Order: sequence, then C-alpha cells, then structure tokens
Amino acid sequence: MYTTVTYDGSFDGFLTCVFEIYERRLSNIIIKSKHLFESELFGTHEHIITDNNKSKRVFDGLKKHISAKGCRMLYYAFLSELNGIENTMLSVITYTFKSKKNIISDYSHQDVLQLSKVVKKVGREKHRMEAFVRFQQTKDNMYFANIEPDFNVLPLIKSHFTKRYADQKWIIYDLKRKYGLFYKLESTEIITIDFDLNHSKKDWFTDDEKNYETLWKDYFESTNIEERINTKLHIQHVPKRYWKYLSEKQP
Amino acid sequence: MSFDRIREKLNILADAAKYDVSCSSSGSNRKNTNKGLGNSTSMGICHTYTKDGRCVSLLKILLTNHCIFDCAYCVTRKSNDIKRAAFKVQEVVDLTINFYRRNYIEGLFLSSGIFKSADYTMERLVAVAKKLRLEENFNGYIHLKSIPGASDELMREAGLYADRLSVNIEIPTKEGLKKLAPDKKHDDFIKPMKKVKNEIIQYKSEKKIIKSTPKYAPAGQSTQMIIGASGETDMQIMYTSNYLYNKFDLKRVYYSGYIPVSYDKRLPMIGTEVPVLRENRLYQTDWLLRFYGFDVREILNPEHPDLDLDIDPKLSWALRNLHQFPVDVNKADKMMLARVPGLGMVSVHKILNARRFRNLNWEHLKTIGVKLNRAKYFITCNSRYFETRDYSASKLKDILVHNSTGKHKQAFTGQLALFT
Repeated sequence: MYTTVTYDGSFDGFLTCVFEIYERRLSNIIIKSKHLFESELFGTHEHIITDNNKSKRVFDGLKKHISAKGCRMLYYAFLSELNGIENTMLSVITYTFKSKKNIISDYSHQDVLQLSKVVKKVGREKHRMEAFVRFQQTKDNMYFANIEPDFNVLPLIKSHFTKRYADQKWIIYDLKRKYGLFYKLESTEIITIDFDLNHSKKDWFTDDEKNYETLWKDYFESTNIEERINTKLHIQHVPKRYWKYLSEKQP
Repeated sequence: MSFDRIREKLNILADAAKYDVSCSSSGSNRKNTNKGLGNSTSMGICHTYTKDGRCVSLLKILLTNHCIFDCAYCVTRKSNDIKRAAFKVQEVVDLTINFYRRNYIEGLFLSSGIFKSADYTMERLVAVAKKLRLEENFNGYIHLKSIPGASDELMREAGLYADRLSVNIEIPTKEGLKKLAPDKKHDDFIKPMKKVKNEIIQYKSEKKIIKSTPKYAPAGQSTQMIIGASGETDMQIMYTSNYLYNKFDLKRVYYSGYIPVSYDKRLPMIGTEVPVLRENRLYQTDWLLRFYGFDVREILNPEHPDLDLDIDPKLSWALRNLHQFPVDVNKADKMMLARVPGLGMVSVHKILNARRFRNLNWEHLKTIGVKLNRAKYFITCNSRYFETRDYSASKLKDILVHNSTGKHKQAFTGQLALFT
C-alpha cells in the first residue's frame, strides 16, 4: 500500500514533505507535485502544506553533512521536474542522514548516480540557455527573448543575465511554463504576461533589429568551412528542438 | 554608411577570418563594473556552432584583408585575386556591441591583414579594443591578434585592453617558413610573444603588491600551426608546440589542417582532402601533454616520428609499454590511472571518488559509467575475473581496432569485413 503525498510544487514544499515523512515516520511514500496528481484507486493521499520553518530545518540538517555543491545538486535535480525525481531525492536525503557523510560523490549508490545524471542534464540545459537566448530589440528599447527549455532553468540563469546585461532592460520569457524574468535596470523580477496573439509580432521590434538579424545570419554562413562540413556534429551541439528561437537558424 | 555596404564588408572579412580556428572565450575573468555591458568568466560560452561543427563564441573578423605579404598558404596573400575590404574602427565597435546586446556572442576576435606596416596595423587593432573598453564600458571578451613585428610599446598597450593575444606561427619549422613565406622572419613571431609573456609575469607580480594593478591579457596567449602544408612530421609539430608551451607559457596551441586555397606548386593541390584525422591525433597528443602528465618524448621520438592514424596516441604508447600494465584501479595513483587507454580524466575522477567508499569491481566500474571496452585489457580490480591472456602488442591492437565503434572505424577495418 502506498501513500501519495502532494505539495505545491515549490522546493520548500518538497522539503516540508521530507520533514513530515521523518517526523511521522511515514513509509512507502510517493511524493508528487499537486498539479501532476491524479487520484489513485489503491492507496491513500494526503496534501502537505508548505511550511518554511520545517523546510529550513531539513535544509540546515542536510548542510551539516553534504557540501554546498551537494545542496546545489539537490536543487538542480528538483528543477528538472522529471517524473519521480522527488523520490530519488528522498532516497539520497535518507542515505545522507543515515550515513552522516558527504555521500554526494558516492556514484556506486544507485540513487546518487541517478541524481548526478539528472543534475548533469539540468546543468547542460542551463548552459545551453545562457548560449541560445536570442534577444530582439523592441521599439520601447527593451531586449526580449522567448525560450522553451526542457527543464525549469530560469531560476538558474537569472544571475548570469543580470550580471552581464546590467545596462539594458531585458525580458526572458519561458513560454512552456508561462513566466519570465524581467530586468528593469535595478533588479530582476518574475513576471507573467498575457500575450495578445492578434497583435502582429513584427510591430514590436525596431527596424535595426531586422538588419542585425540579417548580419548575424550572414556571419553564421560565412564562418562555415565548406570543405569540413560535419552535419552530425553540428546537430549534436545545436539540437533541432532549439532551432525555433535561434535567429541564425530561421529560413 | 549604408546597411548593404556593411553587409558586404562583413561577408568578405568574416569569410577571410574563418581559417583561424581559435574561438575560445574562456580563461578570462572580467567583472561587469559600474553597470556597464558584459562580463567574461573562466568558463566560455559557445553561442552557436557552424555547420562544420566548430564553436562560435566570438565575432571573428579581419579589420582588413589588404595585405603587403605574400604567404603561399594564406587566402589574403597579396598575389591572390580576391575582393578586398576594410572596416572602420567605429564600424567594428558598433557590430560588436549590437551583437553582444542580443546575446549572439561572447566578444570580439579581431585579426587583420597587414597594410602599410606592422605598427600601423597593430595601432588600429588596439584602437578598436580601447574604444570598446573606455567609451562603451564593454567588459566582454576581446581577442587581438599580435601582428608579427609590432613594437613593444603597442604590444604592452594591447594587453591592457585585450583578454587574449595571439600570434600565429602557422608553419612549424624554420625551413618551411623560408619556403612558403619568404617575407616573414621567425624572429618576428617570437618577439611579440616574448614581450607579452614578460608583461604578464610583471603585471601578475605587481598585482600581488598593489591590488589595483590593471589586468594584463588575463586569458594569456595562444598560437596556431597549419598542418600538412610544408611536409613536416608530427614530431616536428609537437616538439615545436612543446617548446612554445614551456618557453612562453602559452594557454593553447591550435592545429589547423591545411585547406587548399592556392595553385602554388609548393603546396598540396586544390581538392586535396583536409587532414582532419591527423589534426585530431595532434589535439589528442596536445591533451596528453597538458593534462595527462605525458612527456612529448614518450609519445614522439626519432623511432616514432609520426602518430598512428588508426589508434589514438595514448593507446599507441601503452602498446609500446605493455610491461607497465595491468594496473589495479583500487590502488594506482591518479597519474597512472590517467595513462590507461580508454580512461579519460572524467573517468579517473569517478574512480578516485568511488573507491573511497568501497573496493571497486567490474560491476561498480560499469555503474559509475567507466567505459571498459578498451580499458579492460589494461586494468585489474576487485574481482577474480580479468583478462588473463598475455596478448602481444600487435594482437591486442588488432582486437582493439576491430572492436572499436569510433567514427573512423570504417577507414581501417573496411577490408576485414569480408571475413566476418
């Protein structure tokens, strides 16, 4: 018999679940985000309300045993939003509290290995987004970019873009998860926008914008060395699912 | 200046710059100060990849492709009948800034043909970098080419604005240079390299005492050699690059397979295939020298002046030194593990980490993701089963080449397919 516990989808919510599991010695648990939960025929269900004090206690406890890198790995894995990742994390956390050691590099433990693989994927996606975001300049002098990453990496790329583009207003919007980052010269905030689809996108951007996109596309073509063409390698580095928002890949 | 004219210039000058293979934007550390534009970190970013699979992280262009020199291997040589163009300083600045703001690039890689004189050219390159840093408050990555023969004073100034400086040796041997680029002298390449090296050392030591000392070329120097244009051996190439690494603290030496661009009789014919596999083997050797603790004489020496094309240089070394194997993965030190064919540095670290928790057997090695198809012939672990047969070097090579799944397999096992 399994008990499914659901939480609000936040990292603190997940840690609160871990707290409750320990506090009440629950076993045979499946942790799931609320919006992914479909009621189960067999087994019971309980929703756990996020409590920042409880989540902090779990996180502080973890910090005693695993390194800062280990804590970051747990957060990265969480942002993957993969089905079942919460239980892998729970297993790693249990293993940590049991062994009281920094087990985050013990790759011969199945769930630690699984976790590290997921972290690698999320890290790769973060790096790719730092590379593949393409800003377009709008008429009100803002730099705007759309993305649809596989994992929820916006929180991870925030500091990179904030540090780098400190003197221009910009928005990076995740169309899949329907929220974005908005930097307005002082701080970066989370926003949601209702896009007016009737409004033609062309009207948003400056005339210069089109020119620079053309120059960039030209540049991309000119750097290619025909004698060395290697399409397989090209696609390996720039997978097709990202082409949609790359200006150099537009027809 | 009209958009069309800029477009034409960019096409000409980007096309001419593409034979410079370096596009790295890593190794620097420049923070964004006073709410300026951009920064550069030790980890570079490839913003896209060309269709031949190379990283694009910088706007790589020539300031001009007018050139007073006539080097046989170069597209922009004086005697070549091509379209010529030149950017103005402000045009390069505008392109860089606007590409950067759109997150297309990490910065600028500016090279140039040599017009009038070395100093005249270098002055213009420095002017672009200076303008970007001082007027535009730009903190992105700047890579400037050191023009052979440029004065010490200009080289000093260049390093204050650029993250990396490079001067391309192009031809690995003095004899080759004499034959293919008679106008250039070996010393002209060495002089700016030496100057930059000394400045880097001096600025670093001053920085220890006075914290506000400006950065000087924080990403160091690099160079490039053309492979297969002058009939040199792999040994000559790697000994030259080893000399450069040791003598001038270079960050990188790049190897660029010669792409035929001329009907000159001194060079390979147009249509000759680019030696990509040889280039690959040279890079592997380069890595063995820099990260795996190999000495160049272990890999290349008068008895083995060229690298094997069918197997990688580490495997080739191991087959010549079978008496050092097998090694025990639970006991061997890091540098010996790094010498096992089939184990890369990533695998080595995985092993070092995992063996702190338990004695490793084959299953453990597999689960932590160590590739064993080659390594298994060279290691033992906590298991009674291991490759006990004593293969001779040539037999082992046969097995490994035959079992390989690498992309070059076809080229070397094609005829054997008849019998399998």
